[in-house]
Amino acid sequence: MTWFAHFLRAVWSSTGGRVALCVLAACILLALFGPWLAPYGPFERVYDADGRLMRMRPPSADHWLGTTVFGRDVLSQMLWGARPALVVGFATAFGVAAIGVNIGLISGYFGGRIDSVMMRITDIFLGLPFLPFIIVMLAITGRSTTTIIVAMTLIMWRSAARVIRAQVLSLKQMPFVAAARTTGAGDFTILYREIAPNVMPIALVNISFALAWAIITEASIGFLGYGDPKAVSWGTIIHDAYASQMMYNAPWWVVPPGIAIMVLVSSVYFVGRAYEQVVNPRLVVQ
Amino acid sequence: MRRYIARRLVHMVITLFAMMTIMFFLFRLLPGDPTATVVSSAMYPRAQEAMRAQFGLDRPLFEQYLIYLRNYATFDFGYSFHSSRRVAELMGGRVVNTLLLILPSMIVAYVLGALIGALMGWYRGGRAEAAVVFVATCLQAAPVFWLGMLSILAFSISLGWFPPGHLVTPGMWPDQTWRMYLSADFLHHLALPFIVHTAYQVCFPLLLMRSSMLGTAGEDFVEFARVKGLTERRILFHHAARTSLLPVATTIPMILGWALAGSVVIETVFSWPGLGLMMVEAVQRSDYPVVQAAFFLIAVLTILGTFAADMLYGLLDPRIVYD
Repeated sequence: MTWFAHFLRAVWSSTGGRVALCVLAACILLALFGPWLAPYGPFERVYDADGRLMRMRPPSADHWLGTTVFGRDVLSQMLWGARPALVVGFATAFGVAAIGVNIGLISGYFGGRIDSVMMRITDIFLGLPFLPFIIVMLAITGRSTTTIIVAMTLIMWRSAARVIRAQVLSLKQMPFVAAARTTGAGDFTILYREIAPNVMPIALVNISFALAWAIITEASIGFLGYGDPKAVSWGTIIHDAYASQMMYNAPWWVVPPGIAIMVLVSSVYFVGRAYEQVVNPRLVVQ
Repeated sequence: MRRYIARRLVHMVITLFAMMTIMFFLFRLLPGDPTATVVSSAMYPRAQEAMRAQFGLDRPLFEQYLIYLRNYATFDFGYSFHSSRRVAELMGGRVVNTLLLILPSMIVAYVLGALIGALMGWYRGGRAEAAVVFVATCLQAAPVFWLGMLSILAFSISLGWFPPGHLVTPGMWPDQTWRMYLSADFLHHLALPFIVHTAYQVCFPLLLMRSSMLGTAGEDFVEFARVKGLTERRILFHHAARTSLLPVATTIPMILGWALAGSVVIETVFSWPGLGLMMVEAVQRSDYPVVQAAFFLIAVLTILGTFAADMLYGLLDPRIVYD
């Protein structure tokens, strides 16, 4: 876990990185404890004192973000919706890292036929359209948090593999690789002990961008109506507003989930960039 | 150069072929009997048999695969389950609509992004630079469908400047002719989705160009140009920006692919009748022939775009080795 400590230290060293890291940490806390903080359930209908369903009420002291056309409390839905965004985002980023980094390492290191076969496969995946592929996958497997993660991982590893491979190609020419070989180290020892740690910075930058993309994509899937029907996420809140044709009558319903996605994703971008500036000093403004 | 083009062409054909094979098996896995919507169990068994034979579903899987390849190679996508019209007939206009929305906007986004990014990277360290970087990052982090909805709320519903979606005013062009695309009405409808999509797409090349410039600005050849006494403007545009452009240009095929695939969301928000919206609607109706054809066409456009961009580098960067 030393690289993770190094990652945090690197991000923490700049003001922008510190702010972004705090915002990201706040989002993670929200995902953990949001459901406990929420005054109502994600699908609970709210009634007023006269027993009438509270439809389309603008923000008030009791309902800070108003209610939806179905009589649901927007603030509660927002608090429930943080978890799917982060769970899907992190799980996908983890899957992308596991597949993309390994394929990139093996392809770049061994070269030859292994490399050309793996890169052809990567090319084919690069030709598959991203969102349409996920939609078709979800039509096949059914809509659940797990299938969304699997579908997204299956299509997102491709760019990480490319970037890592390119990095390995230049690293394997370095003297330290030759030095390791003269000490009698085997291929896999060299690959995972010597080269992999040096690929980590580039991989982490790439994975942080994959995380950002995964969060936006999860929201897009939710918006298109393919989200997990049993959970509320920020994307599905926007979908409900859109599908009920009420989105332009109730800004309090549509604006908060978008802002939440934007804040979360931009904090991930800023963390990624702060880290990139440390590992790639050429980017620092002198 | 000619050998390089030939090789890339062969690669492209292999990629297309592999993509079509994946598609064939992917769509076979879709739930439900694909004939269920057209072949009813209430029909006589012999009628059902006849229907299956008509669709070629009584033949072995491999033979079906060959028929599928032949049909798709000739752009014969079969019949829509929903409207029972030929899918190919439904597609033509859709492809044009998607390209008219995505391509001009991508070109403007890359030109504008490279220009602003170059300036930001050159005059770095200022307030303006920090503000532009911050805004671009936030804009890039926002879901584009949400930006679309907000812009409709602001510019269509509140201010009434633009129509809130659709290709043209409904009923104005009953028979869609090419004249429609030249009408002021079409451009008026195009304006808002175009602006939103461009504003969203400009962020990536802008930020990339900026960081690429930061790297170039410290290079010796820039210092040398300065020593030669060239004007700042000339160094910026003729020396630094030109070199920095390369890593930005290499992202074009990837981003073009993202944008074409992303037509699914932007077209949904603006009710823009392109391939993306068609695909979303067809999935909801389980109209698989249409889903498959839309998927295929988006993939083909992506692969063609990658090929075109690869050819472009050859012109941009003479250092590329054609092996």
